[in-house]
Amino acid sequence: MASKVIHALYTDDDILLQAVKMVREKHYHIEEVYTPFPVHGLEKAMGLADTRIAITSFLYGLVGLSVAILMMDFIMIQDWPQDIGGKPSFSYLENMPAFVPVMFELTVFFAAHLMVITFYMRSKLWPFKKAENPDVRTTDDHFLMEIDGSKETDVISDFLKSTGAVEVKIIEKNEDH
Amino acid sequence: MYTLPSKLKFFAIILMVIGALGIVTGFLSTPSNTDEVKEMLASSHDDGHQTEATHTESHAEQPHGENIHDDDSHYEHVLHQLQNRPWSSLYIASFLFFMISLGVLAFYAIQIASQAGWSPVLFRVMEGITSYLIPGGIIMLILIGLSAFHFNHLFVWADPEVVAHDKLIQGKSGWLNSWGVLVRAVIFIGGWVAYRQMSLKLSRKQDEATDGKWFKKSFKISAAFLVFFIYTESVMSWDWLMSFDPHWFSTLFGWYVFAGMIVCAVTTIALVTMVLKSQGYLEYVNDSHIHDLAKFMFGFSIFWTYLWFSQFMLIWYANIPEEVTYFVTRIEDFKVPFFGMVVLNFIFPILVLMNSDYKRVNWFVVMSGIVIIIGHYVDLFVMVMPGTVGTSWYFGIPELSSVVFFLGLFIYVVFTALTKAPLLAKGNPFLKESKNFHY
Repeated sequence: MASKVIHALYTDDDILLQAVKMVREKHYHIEEVYTPFPVHGLEKAMGLADTRIAITSFLYGLVGLSVAILMMDFIMIQDWPQDIGGKPSFSYLENMPAFVPVMFELTVFFAAHLMVITFYMRSKLWPFKKAENPDVRTTDDHFLMEIDGSKETDVISDFLKSTGAVEVKIIEKNEDH
Repeated sequence: MYTLPSKLKFFAIILMVIGALGIVTGFLSTPSNTDEVKEMLASSHDDGHQTEATHTESHAEQPHGENIHDDDSHYEHVLHQLQNRPWSSLYIASFLFFMISLGVLAFYAIQIASQAGWSPVLFRVMEGITSYLIPGGIIMLILIGLSAFHFNHLFVWADPEVVAHDKLIQGKSGWLNSWGVLVRAVIFIGGWVAYRQMSLKLSRKQDEATDGKWFKKSFKISAAFLVFFIYTESVMSWDWLMSFDPHWFSTLFGWYVFAGMIVCAVTTIALVTMVLKSQGYLEYVNDSHIHDLAKFMFGFSIFWTYLWFSQFMLIWYANIPEEVTYFVTRIEDFKVPFFGMVVLNFIFPILVLMNSDYKRVNWFVVMSGIVIIIGHYVDLFVMVMPGTVGTSWYFGIPELSSVVFFLGLFIYVVFTALTKAPLLAKGNPFLKESKNFHY
């Protein structure tokens, strides 16, 4: 089944931001906006939900902390106890201060790396991924807004022209590419 | 212009009066001879602090080091500890509020030297808080003068009898002597106050100026002050705090004291700002400014913990006797405050202020701010008390009323100073950026 989308291209981020606000006021559905660089305030204008990556980061940090605690317990206490600096490794608690730097580092390591990986997954970016942006100019100096055009296509495209779009295209999308 | 509400003025005066009464009571109720000590110990012998086993760790012990097992010398030892207690409490509370205003001065200089765009709306608040530097500095000078010339027994290195039998202190006496400490204190406080007065004058002149002339001058002296500050602050921490344990030394002590100082300073800026906002002033200070201050509170709390742990871990791991006694004393005799302050200064702020949204909720910031300041009082308590009061420590009337007195004085001085100039530094070249600041 083919669906219709409208592509509106802009050449300025301020005009784009203004246009996004106007389109939202008219209650047309914005599917996606492609920009060559992050536009400050765009996610708020589009009404996207707040990112939850900070929460995942906290949880990954806890995972890293737990891994560090268990790892140091296995390496330094269970598997191969040594007497370092007159402090024999018989008790985890008594040797704990020596493990704190490791706990700190692994907390940061896990939080940082897993957060970046999560961000890539969530943004659907992985190696050999084909670029999704419909127009190569969005990697240079154009901003593209994609609007659902299945109903009243002509009204919407006329409206988009009035918002300062330099170009408006109607695209027939085939679901099976 | 800000007018001091009479309620707040009354509240500050009440605090000062109650505090002063408590301080006097504290001095009057100290025992004057060993018989009174025996009586006091007999009436409260379930008090767990006076255990004979641990008192050899304390430096206040040293005049009597040769006959520890003699019963009378033990009571005399406790007597000296109890006589030190009201002085120590006064010293800790006095230093806490002095350090807050000094930290704010350093923070203010950093803002100007870095040409920060977010903070100029808070400059008058900071200038108000640094006004406490003058009365606070005079009180610190008096206390240091009295202690350095052995009027009380706070500094063991100031006692000629102790030094005569102590090779280690003799080796340090070229630096650590009464006149040396006092002269350095005068130079340091004089330098800090001089910068404070100069930058204040330039800030007032900038209000009327048409170009950035005075701001540029202020920028230059702020940069110079920061260099002066980081050296003098470090030396100050050795003279005024580390010398309570004159045998012991730590190379990161200056940073450690600075970390506590700056986190209290930022917290106090946030608290005073929110008090003024609740009175209907500072309408141009928005949530984002509070958010930024809370980020500093969060960050510097972690920085403090990092230094606290770094200082501990290296000494613990190396386990060299003359270094490790410092922590042995604290962990054996001061277990609750020593570990409790990590909860107050690290675990509580990190959990409460981690969430970005909570940093914008005023009562969250106020609550964690109060906890942070209490935590850093405890930090100073654990720095000072083991060397002066030893095992006879307790948090009671002298300690509490010293804090109450200096809190009252601090509120009175700071809020009176805020009435002296408009609350907006309207000539600052970054003012527009600061007013429009948002996260």
